[in-house]
Amino acid sequence: MPVEKMNLVQAINACLAQEMERDPNILLMGEDVGVDGGVFRVTDGLQAKFGPERVVDSPLAESGIAGTAIGMAAYGMRPVIEMQFDGFAYFALHQLVLHAAKMRNRTRGRITVPLVVRAPFGGGIRALELHCEPIEISFINTPGIKVVCPSNPYDAKGLLASALQEKDPVLFLEPKRLYRAFKDDVPTERFTVPIGEAKIAREGKDVTIISYGAMTRTCLNTADNIKSEIDCEVVDLRTLSPLDEKTILDSAKKTGRVVVVHEAPKSGGFGGELAALIAEKALMNLQAPIQRVTAPDVPVPLAKLEEFYIPDEFRISRAIRNAMHF
Amino acid sequence: MPIKTSAEFKIEYMQILDESGNVDASLDPKLSNDALLEIYRQMLLARTFDRKCMNLQRQGRMFTYIPVEGQEACQIGSCFALEKSDWIVPAFRETAAYIARGMPIKTLSYYWMGSEKGNSAPKDVNAFPVSIPVGSQMLHAVGIGWAAKLKKHRTIALTFFGDGATSEGDFYEAINFAGVFKAQMIFLCQNNGWAISIPRSKQTATQTLAQKGIAAGIYSLQVDGMDVLAVYKATKDAAERARKGEGATLIECLTYRLGPHSTSDDPKKYRNQEEADSWKKKDPVDRFKLYLQKKGIWNEALEQKLQADADALVENGIKEAEGDNVPKLEDMFDYVYAEMPLVLKEQYEELKQIENEKKAAGE
Repeated sequence: MPVEKMNLVQAINACLAQEMERDPNILLMGEDVGVDGGVFRVTDGLQAKFGPERVVDSPLAESGIAGTAIGMAAYGMRPVIEMQFDGFAYFALHQLVLHAAKMRNRTRGRITVPLVVRAPFGGGIRALELHCEPIEISFINTPGIKVVCPSNPYDAKGLLASALQEKDPVLFLEPKRLYRAFKDDVPTERFTVPIGEAKIAREGKDVTIISYGAMTRTCLNTADNIKSEIDCEVVDLRTLSPLDEKTILDSAKKTGRVVVVHEAPKSGGFGGELAALIAEKALMNLQAPIQRVTAPDVPVPLAKLEEFYIPDEFRISRAIRNAMHF
Repeated sequence: MPIKTSAEFKIEYMQILDESGNVDASLDPKLSNDALLEIYRQMLLARTFDRKCMNLQRQGRMFTYIPVEGQEACQIGSCFALEKSDWIVPAFRETAAYIARGMPIKTLSYYWMGSEKGNSAPKDVNAFPVSIPVGSQMLHAVGIGWAAKLKKHRTIALTFFGDGATSEGDFYEAINFAGVFKAQMIFLCQNNGWAISIPRSKQTATQTLAQKGIAAGIYSLQVDGMDVLAVYKATKDAAERARKGEGATLIECLTYRLGPHSTSDDPKKYRNQEEADSWKKKDPVDRFKLYLQKKGIWNEALEQKLQADADALVENGIKEAEGDNVPKLEDMFDYVYAEMPLVLKEQYEELKQIENEKKAAGE
């Protein structure tokens, strides 16, 4: 397949354009997604191409966006809605958690909500307050909605294409500090990356690092920088719910040493779930306690303190060594 | 049976100063010369600080900044009508309101320099922190005004929000609670025409935003938001009604954001320059200056003195903030709970240990 160099923004934009050509039922809606092309320019040019009925500048109302999208999805459309920043998704929480995620089950399959919720995700861009909230666990702990979080442009394009053929609602988390961080070779033609499959982003034999989103990049860099000392395997989850247990467990069994890394606070964070899974199903293969590298249990700070909050290579390599030399 | 009319309403619009600075004598709130000059001093200070912040952001000395230029009359006029014990509950574009309430420039600078210290008002400044999630803060003002009523205090709360915020569900819940419980408070809507790229006409199909307050049983009106005297008078009247137990008021100020939504945004992409230029002619600071000049209490020497004072306050405040803004690890932990739980203490100790290791490793 022919490829083009694309960053994350370009890959998502290209995917949306391609999918909208393919499926006339796809409709984009959100705050400033039309004329302005989105605050991160992810939907740039799409309103000009597909018109204001398919790329909708909505009123400033996240609950309204999510709630009406549920009705649209139930009625046969495929809405792709944007939460302008992750923190603002909390305004739509009751619609997404109480309605979108449960509709299929509550109606025994009579009504379904094939809805894609896009949200710029995570910190590291020195954004305004409450613009970088670690929302993933609220949705991972909500059965009925799938949660996807790519770590690179290729996966983003393929996963979003899959999300747009899903039968259930999908939360699509876009790591905002990767939006323009680097480019990948991305096929210009349509392709899919299946939802529910993790990827071995780097093979190694000594220690397994498990992560997702922007932290995957930090983990890969750490693995490269420590390779003369310790040979790390990096598991990029890509889909947080439903979880690809097999890839995680196979890697954990192979190396016997596991480091789990995420940006969200530690207590009740996804790292605990991953550690529990490995403890349940691979405890006897472990040679060291599972290490968690996460934010501390504090509110996401303003820009000045961000460097203390987000796990960095130093902290990850420290945890890798702790696992290795236990 | 003939069809009857069940309800009718009207929305009044008030302007006291016209664009040439002429005052309507019948509506003139007749403030003292000292009061008028104090309002002007605050307007100049707010504008000076606001422009400075835009520059500092471009120099990388501040992070994202949200400019207020064009909306000074809405914020300073309304705050001038409040008493010291009253509370303001701002959104995120209320730098001029904070200045009017006496928030130090140093504190305001901290916020845009990325430090939580900027949200910590001094004890004698009754101001809620910046509220980023659009529309969510109005309910807090209703709660304050409701509690003040229960405690039989004369305190009122005033909340700021924009045209975009009236689309959020929380807005409707706030006006409804305020109506039902006759909360001692004021909804101060700054309808500046744009919610980032979305014009007011695409935000809501309603004729005025003020009439949404009528729907909740709240006295509501429109004022010229570029006219500081009109905003002052509307707020003063609303405050009196609230203190007398007559409930909340919604004031829709027709104003304009002369600059971008934030330093991350380019308004050229969604609005035309002619529109911005036409609003610039209504500039609230220029208009008020014309009025003071016509009244004979303004001259060039005074202008220079006020501007020099504003420059000095701004420079000093920024210098103080920049001189004391090194991030400390403990700042992230100390205020999460009244008393730090053991688990958090351990996390703090671990990160402190890591910081020491980093230093030892020369990072």
